[in-house]
Amino acid sequence: MSITRDEVAHLASLSRLDLSDHELDRFAGQLDVIISAVARVQEVAAAGIPPTTHAVEFTNVFRDDVLAGCLGADAALAQAPAAEMGYFKVPKILAED
Amino acid sequence: MDAGSDLTRWTAAQMAAAVAAGEVSAVELTEAHLDRIARIDVQVRAFLYVAGDAALAAARAVDARRAAGEPLRPLAGVPLALKDVFTTIDMPTTCGSKILAGWQPPYDATITRRLRAAGVVILGKTNMDEFAMGSSTENSAFGPSHNPWNLSRVPGGSSGGSAAAVAAYLAALGIGTDTGGSIRQPAAVCGLVGVKPTYGGSSRYGLVAFASSLDTPGPLTRTVLDAALLHEAISGHDPCDSTSLHAPVPPVVTAARNADVAGLRVGVVAEFAGDGYASGVLTRFNEAVELLESLGAKVTEVSCPHFDYALPAYYLIAPSECSSNLARFDAMRYGLRLGDDGMASAEQVMSQTRAAGFGAEVKRRIMLGTYALSSGYYDAYYGKAQQVRTLIAGDFAAAFEQVDVLVSPTTPTTAFPIGERADDPMAMYLADLCTIPCNLAGNAALSVPCGLAPEDGLPVGLQIMAPVLADDRVYRVGAAVEGALGQRRGHPLLEEASGVDEADDAGAEAGR
Repeated sequence: MSITRDEVAHLASLSRLDLSDHELDRFAGQLDVIISAVARVQEVAAAGIPPTTHAVEFTNVFRDDVLAGCLGADAALAQAPAAEMGYFKVPKILAED
Repeated sequence: MDAGSDLTRWTAAQMAAAVAAGEVSAVELTEAHLDRIARIDVQVRAFLYVAGDAALAAARAVDARRAAGEPLRPLAGVPLALKDVFTTIDMPTTCGSKILAGWQPPYDATITRRLRAAGVVILGKTNMDEFAMGSSTENSAFGPSHNPWNLSRVPGGSSGGSAAAVAAYLAALGIGTDTGGSIRQPAAVCGLVGVKPTYGGSSRYGLVAFASSLDTPGPLTRTVLDAALLHEAISGHDPCDSTSLHAPVPPVVTAARNADVAGLRVGVVAEFAGDGYASGVLTRFNEAVELLESLGAKVTEVSCPHFDYALPAYYLIAPSECSSNLARFDAMRYGLRLGDDGMASAEQVMSQTRAAGFGAEVKRRIMLGTYALSSGYYDAYYGKAQQVRTLIAGDFAAAFEQVDVLVSPTTPTTAFPIGERADDPMAMYLADLCTIPCNLAGNAALSVPCGLAPEDGLPVGLQIMAPVLADDRVYRVGAAVEGALGQRRGHPLLEEASGVDEADDAGAEAGR
């Protein structure tokens, strides 16, 4: 067993996924199989092998420091679930008391 | 030009030449495809959105430029199917997800912009596995697409909608994205040509991100030359993408026209054969290798010992990047928002929206990535996977000291039945076994049809892999195989596809 149902519930919470009990049951079994399979990377990745983060490595991509166009507020807000006075309107971000 | 009376059967190169010569108008071509979509797409379900008016307006603009004597670009007037993962200012962009249903982006992706500038006519947006996660289009929130060779089979994925559209002659060209094989695998199982260009050769700006270090836009077409023409039209440096390469586009069109493999050193990947491969896939693959030899290529077997670890490494790296990228779908600025009753907190609204808006595969990958990146597991999983990525790039480097290109089957099996792997994520993941190494190392690869598997009569793909920025080599080999097999058969392979009911009233029946 590589992962427990409780651990999956914790991952769901970290991932901001409000999963049902049924989903947690199903995902726990599936993730256990998947994690056991992907753990094979540990067989060959010995210490000292450098990691690769990108297929083709770049460092410090610069551009000329000139003004360019960008989206206006109207365009940026056009698809918002809720907007008010030129701002995104969001649910409360602090809990009661 | 005499290419037959049904315009939709022409190659993109033939269509463009006819438009340029004034033998057919871009509007006629566009109308022929829109008519066919209206008749046939109820069977195939390739499109999520058809932009009839916008397509006709784009076609009229091409015709007007020609009438005014202005020069036309090489693919001007040719109709295209665009994967619904690229932003389009005049069409919705859903990524096959409920969380983005109806989203109208405020800007065009660089790929979209370049297609428009080239005079390519965008017919609409095509179906895909949700956020490009899958190998069958069954993970689309809007239902699966169907394989034109056999409608009960998957068209592959994640770019299955674009592949199904091109294979059913609903569009002459398709654009897909390839993160682990999502262009090459649907190309293989639909009998098409599909190319994953070198990473950074085609822009990711406006491509809704799945795994940023792997995502690569590229062509899905019926011929190698059409793929090369489309490759050239979309490629080249883009200042809006910080990983875009500052390098000339490799001479892919010239390579596709040359199609000469005499003296070329071809390596057969030893690891991609044996158990798990359908016998018909191996039969056709071995024949293709013999064919290359008969055309003058020098064939040897090459071992790439770490390729067996590409799949596990990929299923750590891609989900890790996905868990970070998909955090942007937070129900605050765009897309779905559920449960905002004035009492619920932002965090509750977010969790409820994401649980309802994402499908099962996306949820699995977000949680898998969150696991692999969490403290305590990072070194054992994500860190190890990144080391494997180095080993795989090393295998390629060693192989390309001995040979000019590597070849393998594109997929272990032909198109599988819809539903067969839907509840078995690991079985679904195996569809990308042979395609993933090139995504991890960033090099170019192409899939070209190499015949039908005797046991089921479904297409098999030959994968050709070349070093980073040697994209022209995969076109050279692909065109040689396509030409020789076409000559042997006497007609293009795709003409044997018979899954679509062509009867005039078939669409109307299915639509009722």
